[in-house]
Amino acid sequence: MPPRPAAPDTAAAPFQIRGTSFTLLALKLADPGNPDFFARLAETLALAPGFYSKAPIILDLSALTATRPIDMTGFCAGLRDLGLVPVGIQGATAAWEDAATEAGLAVFPAGRAAEAQTVRGRAKPLAGPPKARLVTEPVRSGQQIYAADGDLIVTAAVSRGAELLAEGNIHVYGPLRGRAVAGLGGDRSVRIFCRHLDADLVSIGGFYMVSEQMDQGLIGKPVQIRLVEERLVFETL
Amino acid sequence: MAKVIVVTSGKGGVGKTTTSAAIATGLAQRGHKTVIIDFDVGLRNVDLIMGCERRVVYDFINVINGDAKLSQALIKDKRVETLFILATSQTRDKDALTEEGVKRVIDELKTQFDYIVCDSPAGIERGAFLAMYYADEAVVVANPEVSSVRDADRMIGLVTSKSARAEKGETLPQHLLLTRYDAERVEKGEMLRLEDVQEILAVPLLAVVPECPSVLQASNVGMPVILDEKSPAAKAYAEAVGRLLGETIEITIPKAPKRGLFDRLLRRSA
Repeated sequence: MPPRPAAPDTAAAPFQIRGTSFTLLALKLADPGNPDFFARLAETLALAPGFYSKAPIILDLSALTATRPIDMTGFCAGLRDLGLVPVGIQGATAAWEDAATEAGLAVFPAGRAAEAQTVRGRAKPLAGPPKARLVTEPVRSGQQIYAADGDLIVTAAVSRGAELLAEGNIHVYGPLRGRAVAGLGGDRSVRIFCRHLDADLVSIGGFYMVSEQMDQGLIGKPVQIRLVEERLVFETL
Repeated sequence: MAKVIVVTSGKGGVGKTTTSAAIATGLAQRGHKTVIIDFDVGLRNVDLIMGCERRVVYDFINVINGDAKLSQALIKDKRVETLFILATSQTRDKDALTEEGVKRVIDELKTQFDYIVCDSPAGIERGAFLAMYYADEAVVVANPEVSSVRDADRMIGLVTSKSARAEKGETLPQHLLLTRYDAERVEKGEMLRLEDVQEILAVPLLAVVPECPSVLQASNVGMPVILDEKSPAAKAYAEAVGRLLGETIEITIPKAPKRGLFDRLLRRSA
């Protein structure tokens, strides 16, 4: 999604449609009629309960093209009982698609699956919180600092022409004179914090503002910047 | 142990060569065996400023290419006993500089000299990069003017991250030397104030060289300005040399001349 200016105050449309992409879990069914199916599935899900709880899931029916459709409504109810949220099917024959549509599921085109893995033993513990990148030296004109995993903290000055990029929040304790681009991956919930706002450009989740558009009364002030409904909101700290 | 000092700026025309010549001459005057190398291949100027352009037979590029020995290319200054000049080629370009060749020449110079002053070309390309790459210390020259300060900031960043010392994780002291400082114009707000420049660049100040006709006069006659005893610029450069040698010297900040009522009336009517 190319970055674009934050929407003006007059934006009045009650909705917006846009394309997004998600990574979804796919549940490949080999024998959904097996009487132990839900019990076995529950065992697997119990290995990482937090990960699977309320997880949207797609049913991959590509192994069942030769079999007759089962009662999808009842099957989906069973999945919901385990905390999963079935949203659609893929790889199915016309007969299966009809059964799925009846059960309120969407039909997805065959996706590129991640490599299938048989679960053996316990799942690995989830990774810890993303690590922040700390920069204590001045960030000079022409330098670019990228925090790929999370927040970026700069304790020195950021010169004009320097660029801070972070997937997460950006904190600057010296004067911020360059560019600060937070939420590089599209995360709109991140914020930019600075002790002395004098930035050339700030951006959150792809919505940017250049210095000319900023409230000149905030220049030099300690400020936090966040995104509210596609508008960058500046608040003094 | 020999020390390599690069004089650099990013922007052109701010006084790099004048500063290199003054600092090299100043270090030599103090009895240190010093050589100044011109890295501005194709636009050679150091020999002009040092007044030895007609004595250049072999140059830096000849030595890099193995066409001449270092001893054949080093020009001995006629005024200061311990000062030598390694001029560059006027007919080649910066591509003639190779990382390996520059290293070989600098390593050889290190065995003979106390100080090696590298006069960087403007820009951030090959010539400027190689001039700073082997440095132990950097003097960043800037004018009190926004574009010069911006470029100096960029250069400081490059020296901090791209020099050989930085790559080895060693520190490389950098100093700011402000030239063409006109106190009167600073007072009028036409030039950046010293504090503003220091705030932006955040490296220790080495000296403030006042705007002064003696600098141009000295260049024209091929004499490093530091040898002009009456010049205020020479005084500032002498301070810079002392500070580079580790002496504690208070930095003289040029002040606007006080004008009497009579002066002001005259100026107004002029």
